Amino acid sequence: MDEESLLLSLELASGSGQGLSPDRRASLLTSLMLVKRDYRFDRVLFWGRILGLVADYYIAQGLSEDQLAPRKTLYSLNCMEWSLLPPATEEMEMQTSVVKGRFMGDPSHAYEHTELQRVNEGEKVFEEEVVVQVKEEIRLVSIIDQIDKAVAVIPRGALFKTPFGPIRVNRTFEGLSSSEAKKLSSYFHFREPVELKNKTLLEKADLDPSLDFMDSLEHDIPKGSWSIQMERGNTLVVLRSLLWPGLTFYHAPRTKNYGYIYVGTGEKNIDLPFML
Amino acid sequence: MGDLPPDPEPPPQPTSSLRNSQVSERRRSREHSRPQPTVPEEVQQIPLDAQLLRGCRELVSSQINRGWSQGASLTPSENFIFQAEEAQRGGIEYPSLNTGFPSEVQPQTYSSEGRLQASHNASLILQQLQQGEGNLFQQLESAYQEPRADLLGQYTRYQREDLQFSQDTQHGPYLRDDPALQFSPSELGFMPFNMEVTEPEPRELAVQNAKAYLLQTSINCDLSLYEHLVNLLTKILNQRPKDPLFLLESLHRSTRLEFYSPGSGKVTVEKAGTAVPNIMEKAFYLEQAGVGLSSDESFRIFMALKQLVGQQPIHTCRFWGKILGLSRSYLVAEVEFREGEEEEEEEEEMMGGGDVMEAHGEESDEGNEGEEKATDVTRKPTWKPPPVVPKEESRNGANKYLYFVCNEPGRPWVRLPHVTPIQIVQARKIKKFFTGFLDAPVISYPPFPGNEANYLRAQIARISAATHISPLGFYQFGEEEGDEEEEGGAGRDSYEENPDFEGIPVLELVDSMANWVHHTQHILPQGRCTWVNPLQKTEEEELGEEEEKADEGIDEAGQEVGPPLLTPLSEDAEIMHMSPWTARLSCSLSPQYSVAVVRSNLWPGAYAYASAKKFENIYIGWGHKYSPENFNPSLPAPVQQEYPSGPEIVEMSDPTVEEEQALAAAEQEEEAEEAEEEDEGQDD
Repeated sequence: MDEESLLLSLELASGSGQGLSPDRRASLLTSLMLVKRDYRFDRVLFWGRILGLVADYYIAQGLSEDQLAPRKTLYSLNCMEWSLLPPATEEMEMQTSVVKGRFMGDPSHAYEHTELQRVNEGEKVFEEEVVVQVKEEIRLVSIIDQIDKAVAVIPRGALFKTPFGPIRVNRTFEGLSSSEAKKLSSYFHFREPVELKNKTLLEKADLDPSLDFMDSLEHDIPKGSWSIQMERGNTLVVLRSLLWPGLTFYHAPRTKNYGYIYVGTGEKNIDLPFML
Repeated sequence: MGDLPPDPEPPPQPTSSLRNSQVSERRRSREHSRPQPTVPEEVQQIPLDAQLLRGCRELVSSQINRGWSQGASLTPSENFIFQAEEAQRGGIEYPSLNTGFPSEVQPQTYSSEGRLQASHNASLILQQLQQGEGNLFQQLESAYQEPRADLLGQYTRYQREDLQFSQDTQHGPYLRDDPALQFSPSELGFMPFNMEVTEPEPRELAVQNAKAYLLQTSINCDLSLYEHLVNLLTKILNQRPKDPLFLLESLHRSTRLEFYSPGSGKVTVEKAGTAVPNIMEKAFYLEQAGVGLSSDESFRIFMALKQLVGQQPIHTCRFWGKILGLSRSYLVAEVEFREGEEEEEEEEEMMGGGDVMEAHGEESDEGNEGEEKATDVTRKPTWKPPPVVPKEESRNGANKYLYFVCNEPGRPWVRLPHVTPIQIVQARKIKKFFTGFLDAPVISYPPFPGNEANYLRAQIARISAATHISPLGFYQFGEEEGDEEEEGGAGRDSYEENPDFEGIPVLELVDSMANWVHHTQHILPQGRCTWVNPLQKTEEEELGEEEEKADEGIDEAGQEVGPPLLTPLSEDAEIMHMSPWTARLSCSLSPQYSVAVVRSNLWPGAYAYASAKKFENIYIGWGHKYSPENFNPSLPAPVQQEYPSGPEIVEMSDPTVEEEQALAAAEQEEEAEEAEEEDEGQDD
């Protein structure tokens, strides 16, 4: 959620039950402003909160002019001092795929995982048990990246593509209409498109190249992994992801207010197919 | 009963002079033009007084019509009774007189009852006058006595009826005091003269009666008619409006409102307000903890709970939490009905479980039949469904509270059925999202016995049993302590608030989990909080000794024991080396004003806060348990054996074609041999 409209956004996203206490809110308002100034971000988003056993991580992301460019992620334990996280790589993802369970809340905590590795010593090939240590920081980076790629949502029309390539925020976005807001096809993944090129020419003909340049949520697998609801008597549409429980996207139709926040344990819900 | 004045002689007409002093202005203002040129002066005063009277009547009647409809509804009946009585006594017919009256009386604006009564009384007296002129006085007296007795009787009846304002008795006192007023002057023009035997004593008594009557307070407030009239006239005299007659009604109403409203305030105290919890305070604390819905949503929930309390006979009520669903979410209220108020809901039969079990039975039956070759008798399946564990009684164990759900504040509240042990057992095996519709089926394996309402209720029961905690010492056990040993594994199941609870410092609450205790009973693997042996048949209590012993053996092996009530959290089982609870201070920057927040790791979404002497539990989440491993659905049951092999049924392989042909050939040979033998036999 945008740092500029933090308070309103928190209130609109409160339907999922998780919010921030007043002291955190106050700290966020000031510290995010400072972060924006120091790192020279164009926009700062309060990404959310990952609940750990000992402490919670508060995550913020900074965007540059191009909205789809790789974002810088920062974390904080007390909403006042922010530290930059390294960008995510494939290797990190592989490493963290073996780690399961809750976050500890200590960034230097090391998860230990024993692996069997083949070690070549000369001509002998034998397997050795190697203890691989994965730092929680790495895990944090990877999880945030996965969540972003999987379930970060933006409504159709909020961003537009300029002819030169960069994606800009659409200042004339007045919000989705009430009927559009209830359809999953009006929402896009906030990431580089993956499936767009697989569409047939016929489908592409109907798209508006300046607005429809991202994947929509409609074709997500498994089908039904999004829960779309109207709250507050039809004045607020809330999308909740079932794959990453804790991600809430809210949008008030016909207004410019939209945003998403993740408050959860940082674990993927692998049991989703059983639960639907 | 009634206080009959000592002198039956009626006070005659010139009471008007006195009355003038009492109510001057109204009389003047109520002058109507009546066609009575020949009536003498004194008699003229009668219509004025009568007008006054009738004005009085009208006012009160307007009061009646607005406020006390009960009174108005009674008056016609009373009137008729009175008239009936009178008719019985008098046996009179007034053919000609009645016609005169209505035209006379029409310009007046009072209702017809008074008119009729006046006409009847007048007719009575007139007739008697016509009948006998000599005994005028006597007849008058008698005539007066009767109606007066009637009137008085009516008056007393009125008193008996306890301040029921009725039209007839409104003008009663005056009439009784001066019955001459009720007669129209035209017919009885001369009468007032004759009745002018004034005696001050009964008059004064009558006046006192009248005043006492006026001072009676009304039903709805502490104001009496007398006071109200005083207020009204004072107001009119102070303000001196230009057309007071025209404004009379509105002035009357406004005066009444001025003095009426403070008295009426006390009636509207809400007694039901005590049952509704203070949601806003809890929402404040939860907000400090960083949990919970926004404050306007909380307020809407408060209003919705208030509505619920008004609709149902609720003793205590609590906002349990919110369960998110796919299309809609559920707001859950935990409620306890008043003693004895609980209605028995229709028994919702377990559709899914029972039907499925029967289906299994039928399949095995068919299997058996298919395999039989020789016997015609159908075999009964030997499979019996496992005994059903009875569900817990209301207000016990898992069914201690009743739960109401609604989708959004403002929608109607729906009551959830009680939970049965089998539902809890099955709910532990499945993991499904809630759709938001209570009647949606729960399609799962193993099949859940019930629809979404039952599944929701089962999850609520599990969450309550696992995550409802309170600071140590807030609740204590009752005074009975002797049953602890006898109950064995059952333990105590009731607790009460500790009046001496002084609160635990917030830092200590956060430090150690031993400072928190569960105050809901743990649900045993059986699905209940108190163990029940399903094999025992409660009806057949007189089991043979041998059977009892055999059962006891099973009992001891199967009895399930859970942690007793009020166990501290430090004794909760860990999840994969992880404590099941996480405790924090709500704000580390100001620890002296912080709230202790405890979060469950086993049921993500369950929170509890405690501060000084207050605490609260809430759940906001999807309604599922956290499991570090993947969800493994139960495997289907192993394939059943088709039939038991025994001496009766033995599976044999079918004979092959060669064998059959060999058999057939062998039989043919035998027949041929027998035929030859017979031929040979016959030849001999």
